[in-house]
Amino acid sequence: MNENLTALVPELSLAGAAVLGLLAGAWLPRRRQWLIAALAAVACTAGLVATAVTMATGREQTVFSDQFAVDAATDAGRLIALGALLLVIGMSVETVRGHKRETEYWVLLLLTGAGTLALIGANDLLMLFAAYLLASVPAYALAAFAKDARGTEAALKYYLMGALLGTTMLAGSALLYGAGHATLYRELRTTLSAAPYGLVAVGLVAVLAGLLFKAGAVPAHFWVPDVTDGAPTPVAAYVTTLPKVGALIAGYRLLHQALPDSDVNWPLLVAVLAATTMTLGNFAAFFQTDVKRLLAYSTISQVGYLLMALAVATRTDLAQKSLLFYLAAYAATNLAAFAVVTELPHARTLEDYRGLARRRPALAAVLLICLLGLVGTPPTGVFLGKLEIFSAAIDGGYTWLAALAVANTVASLFYYLRWLAPLFTTTAPTPADAQQVLGRWAAATAYTAAAVSLALGIAGGTVLPFIIGPLLP
Amino acid sequence: MLSVITFLPLAVCAVLLLLPPRALSDRACRWVWIATAAADLALVIALWAAFDPRGGLQYQQRVRWIPGAGVGYHVGVDGLSLPLVALTCLLFLAIAVYSLRETKRVRSYVCLFLFLQSVSLGLFVALDLILFFVFFDLSIVGMFFVIAGWGHGERARAAALKFFLYTFIGSLALLLGFIGLYLAAEPHTFDIVDLTRTNPLAGRGLYAGLVLLAIGVGLAVKTPTVPFHTWLPPAHTDAPAAGSAILAGVLLKMGTYGFVRIAMPLLPGSWRHYALVIVIVGAVSIVYGALVALAQTDFKRMIAYTSVNHMGYIILAVGAAGTLAGTDAQARSLAVTGAVTQMVSHGLITGALFLLTGVLYERGRTYAMDAYSGLTAHTPRFAAVTAAAAFASLGIPGFSGFIAEFQIFTGSLASQAVATAIAVAGILITAALFLRALRGMFLGVPRLPGTLTTSGVADLRGSEALSTVALLVVALLIGIAPRWLLDVIEPASHTVITLVAR
Repeated sequence: MNENLTALVPELSLAGAAVLGLLAGAWLPRRRQWLIAALAAVACTAGLVATAVTMATGREQTVFSDQFAVDAATDAGRLIALGALLLVIGMSVETVRGHKRETEYWVLLLLTGAGTLALIGANDLLMLFAAYLLASVPAYALAAFAKDARGTEAALKYYLMGALLGTTMLAGSALLYGAGHATLYRELRTTLSAAPYGLVAVGLVAVLAGLLFKAGAVPAHFWVPDVTDGAPTPVAAYVTTLPKVGALIAGYRLLHQALPDSDVNWPLLVAVLAATTMTLGNFAAFFQTDVKRLLAYSTISQVGYLLMALAVATRTDLAQKSLLFYLAAYAATNLAAFAVVTELPHARTLEDYRGLARRRPALAAVLLICLLGLVGTPPTGVFLGKLEIFSAAIDGGYTWLAALAVANTVASLFYYLRWLAPLFTTTAPTPADAQQVLGRWAAATAYTAAAVSLALGIAGGTVLPFIIGPLLP
Repeated sequence: MLSVITFLPLAVCAVLLLLPPRALSDRACRWVWIATAAADLALVIALWAAFDPRGGLQYQQRVRWIPGAGVGYHVGVDGLSLPLVALTCLLFLAIAVYSLRETKRVRSYVCLFLFLQSVSLGLFVALDLILFFVFFDLSIVGMFFVIAGWGHGERARAAALKFFLYTFIGSLALLLGFIGLYLAAEPHTFDIVDLTRTNPLAGRGLYAGLVLLAIGVGLAVKTPTVPFHTWLPPAHTDAPAAGSAILAGVLLKMGTYGFVRIAMPLLPGSWRHYALVIVIVGAVSIVYGALVALAQTDFKRMIAYTSVNHMGYIILAVGAAGTLAGTDAQARSLAVTGAVTQMVSHGLITGALFLLTGVLYERGRTYAMDAYSGLTAHTPRFAAVTAAAAFASLGIPGFSGFIAEFQIFTGSLASQAVATAIAVAGILITAALFLRALRGMFLGVPRLPGTLTTSGVADLRGSEALSTVALLVVALLIGIAPRWLLDVIEPASHTVITLVAR
């Protein structure tokens, strides 16, 4: 049995930093608690370096009875998740600085980040469920971090939904175990193709339910707008980005590794889910006037596009690289948008952004890049991601899905422009106090994330080769 | 060399944006813009001088960009794109001179137009489908801000939104078509030259037809042809004059250029198969555009609809070039040459006309034709230049429009006699509507909109006259001595029809 702990350095460094931070935070005076933030950033950086070393030296392997795979998808997922976590840390600095529970915030963030990393590499149903819990439970607490009425309500909704779908997922795992006599994907791959159809179908749907909840896809999307709206903005940025990375890569691995030869027509199921998710997310976003709710629904529609890659997971070679690249571009772009919202805490509605281009040209430029980026305008990263994902969908025989995604892209333009247009109007700008900025960290995060989003589009050629590689069984 | 020409305006734009706001006065901004546009035009003229008409694609530059996705940075010019590159530079210089009097947020205005110039040039030199698409989409973004930011009031924002949504749908249809081509090619690539050589969709029947449909719809929205033209009139009516001139002169050409650069060489089989559909769309656009223009009471809206008519001639010609029966290579080559000449000619003449409507609006604050009468008495120079432009636009011999339309009709008549006959009627209607407008506005008893006194109407000023007359002089030059232009286009159109016939 391969028990090589060095393969798990990113996960271990996050978990270790969480424990260390919790202990240290209990002794540190409040004004020095920023040290925990620095520790968290160091842990993320260490994880990034370890991942880079793994990629450079080609140390792909499976560890602990093949329960956890360290392969091309894990490496790419780790880079995306850790990079995104760094950006979330960057934009949280002002929000939690000097807060009486500052340490707890960083520790919870590290723990749920570790859960996301575990989701990415999970190669076994039990590992998947454990990772699901580790990623979810700290996130419930984070959602209620502000301890206000809206945050508490959001956290409760998030928790109840997560508990319900978590048990569903566990029941699904049990069914699949019963059908396939194994929990390891590699073994399920052979046993499930001979198992009773109904059992496999119900088990798979139940397991997917949990993953759809994490990703915020229809029909498990109800928590997304409430949590995004109720939680502190950096937490909203977190829950709309990292869990999606974890859940979608986990879903891809599950479908691609455990059920490639199954009789269950899951490609169609996922395609229909993708179609409803993108359409519903878009329609709900149309007439939102609150920027955080608008972004929340926009993230739902983005999951719809991402699910397209899952639908064609076994039907085309393009699926994996399109999924991973889109995730990277989406994470950078979405975090940039949330960083701007964090930077302008008093601007809650679209109207509050009137005339921002004149008052804060740099922030307006970031919004321009990331909103047009979310639409998929070249030369941003999401454009290249969309190009790849549409190509994958057509190549996998789902042309109708690609056509629907195009129609949805156009529809999404409508609400992104509703936000963009007021930025550049010069008549009757909003009073200056509505556009007061928070501080340097959130702004710097916004610039960095927007630059990454642009760079991924322009220099996508240098990134793509790194995310191509086989999944390990 | 081509990359320098393409990105020079963008580089200047970046410099202008990075300089602190106080460092540069509005006046300096305008002159920097004129200098940049002039330098770019000079570079293109140098390029043209060294261009070998029989040499095919030249000044090629090919750099790996995103090899994992089959995307490369590949640029080059041939006889199809070089005239349009030159037209773009000339038109942007004219706009720069015309805008000397612009006072509203000058720096952003100049930056936007510099950005648009880079994007337009990039599109015409692009030899990679994704590169083409990138510039295609960015042109929509740039124009959206021009219309929304400098158009006429709140209505402009609605028009800009409609423009964006409508042309964006078109661009995405185009993207689907490009992906269809990409997946069919082995190895997968977006490179236009490689795709032209391998012709991946030969004999693929319905699949090729669907790809052509997607690309055709995408380009038809941009062109625009009936029935995808409804975004054009509001966008033009509510855009500032300079924006309209660029929209009509350069952005519309992106659609028609796409037909000769992408749809015809890359999908020759389906192009021939569906040539009749394209011819019909062209003929309907010609007649419908002309008839609707005839019914307009708004001068700018009328010119917008004549654009639909003029673009219809190009569609007719490229459709006829795909019909092999009852014709020979020479006639088809003539049709394509006519189509490219019409692109240049329309850019020059309609660009000038839109600038002139800008003058009209600036003086009278309205485009309504019945608000003006006998303008010749107050503004003789304005009347003379407008009349010349109107006559040029209706295709009078001596101007470029005649050369273009004559070639289109001669080239199309043999294979598509009925459609061509219908199309000729379009010229008649255009003539009628321009003459009616000229008579109503410039002749008769002098009368002005109620808000103006006769002393308040100034004639054409220096910068306005220079920009519009220069465009008309080039149109006249092409009309009288067209060889310098046709010598460049003809070998390229011959290549295109050889590719279509394979």
